[in-house]
Amino acid sequence: MSDNLIEIRDLSFAYQERLVLKGINLSARRGQVIAIMGNSGCGKTTLLRLIGGALRPTRGLLRVDGVDMGSLDQTGLYRLRRRMGMLFQFGALFTDISVFENVAFPLREHTALPEEMIRDLVLMKLNAVGLRGAQDLMPSELSGGMARRVALARSIALDPALILYDEPFAGLDPISLGVTGNLIRRLTDTLGMTSVVVTHDVQESLKIVDYVYFVSEGVIVAEGTPAQIKASDLPYVHQFVHGEEDGPVPFHYPAPGYADDLALQPC
Amino acid sequence: MLSGLANGLRGIGRRVVDGVWRMGVATRFFLLTLFHSGQSFRRFQLIIREIFTAGVLSLIIILVSGLFVGMVLGLQGYETLQTYGSEEALGILVALSLVRELGPVVAALLFASRAGSAITAEIGLMKATEQIAAMEMMAVDPIARVVAPRFWGAVISMPFLAALFSAMGILGGYLVGVILIGVDEGSFWSQMQAAVDFKEDILNGVIKSVVFGIAVTVIALFEGYDAPPTAEGVSRATTRTVVTSSLAILGLDFILTAFMFRGV
Repeated sequence: MSDNLIEIRDLSFAYQERLVLKGINLSARRGQVIAIMGNSGCGKTTLLRLIGGALRPTRGLLRVDGVDMGSLDQTGLYRLRRRMGMLFQFGALFTDISVFENVAFPLREHTALPEEMIRDLVLMKLNAVGLRGAQDLMPSELSGGMARRVALARSIALDPALILYDEPFAGLDPISLGVTGNLIRRLTDTLGMTSVVVTHDVQESLKIVDYVYFVSEGVIVAEGTPAQIKASDLPYVHQFVHGEEDGPVPFHYPAPGYADDLALQPC
Repeated sequence: MLSGLANGLRGIGRRVVDGVWRMGVATRFFLLTLFHSGQSFRRFQLIIREIFTAGVLSLIIILVSGLFVGMVLGLQGYETLQTYGSEEALGILVALSLVRELGPVVAALLFASRAGSAITAEIGLMKATEQIAAMEMMAVDPIARVVAPRFWGAVISMPFLAALFSAMGILGGYLVGVILIGVDEGSFWSQMQAAVDFKEDILNGVIKSVVFGIAVTVIALFEGYDAPPTAEGVSRATTRTVVTSSLAILGLDFILTAFMFRGV
């Protein structure tokens, strides 16, 4: 068994003619939490969707748990996905069933466990995210942070080897932010999983991750441990980590000269 | 001038190609739904849930509309039949109009507005809130889990709803014709019994309602599944469901009637 759960070599991906990812190299060791960071539209969510098998690489190698994702048929992909969980940005809970049934959903779909065992497992997963008491609530009765924790409980229901997080910190209050971050770290460690976090929340993710990849315009521009990233003097990383308004990522969208645009005549 | 004409032609061509393409995708979607239906029948409680949502919850509108349509038929039919002194034939007129045409057609139109639009909106919103994507990430095929049970739930409900619509309509015709106006009760029922043929009239009506049920449900499911995941996309898809399925019902009704009742 390879030490790396995710292995990406020279991966490119294009939406029709538009090249979104260009020659990505990335790996995630088992048990690690890695973060993929970058500004909006840089291709990081596309990368996550590729790892999850929702998209196919245009070129290059993408291996998850030793399986080449480029050559999988749907049966193979679904088999692999039973060992994979994904936390969507807003939880993506099924709104017509309760919290309990949401967490029970993967168990009911993929196992023939007796009802008592399903109940025990669901309560254990809900307890792990601190929401055992909310089991009878409907998703519409949950706050954004709670919905994401329920979704997290649902994604760990089948004890996956890999969990993918799409912007887990977006739109959360400071308390929920810390709770979610700690949960990701704790669950990864206690359940022996590997986690891939796509985020642009630098401060929160640097606290919990083992390794960071910075993506900009479809290429990895920097990588390293949180300490290396914090100390980096690369202009892009520096701008990102310190939230500076202007830098390699300009404040202004490309435009003609300001004076020309306002049609100012020289005096 | 010439380039304007070329652009116009190109626009028409593009629309035709898009239309044919969409038809192809919808057909593929329908075949996939049929292909993945086995799981729904193995877990029949999924279908029962959808029969409740699409069928049972549509009962009120179907029953009330059926009653009123039958009452209007009773009134209008009596007015016309009375001119020829054959008001005893009111039972035949009411029953045949309902069983052959109005039952399946109006029930399907109401079903498209009540249940079809709900199916489109629900699936469109499930897609917009990433519930469909989440299901796929959990290795659960949404066609098998979400689409197929809804398809069968609605298709099974439709003939029952049409039959109930007709039954309520006949009751409405009876209330107005016999109780209110005073048409002879014996001839109302006996003429109806003699003139309505099980195979020719009732069975054909059931076949119609099954065909309409399939058409409405496939359109509703496909529009929802194909809707752009935005508020505007879902709202347009819901409107399209009602418009397209209403037109499909009326068009199919003409074709089926032409085949079923030719020369009768």
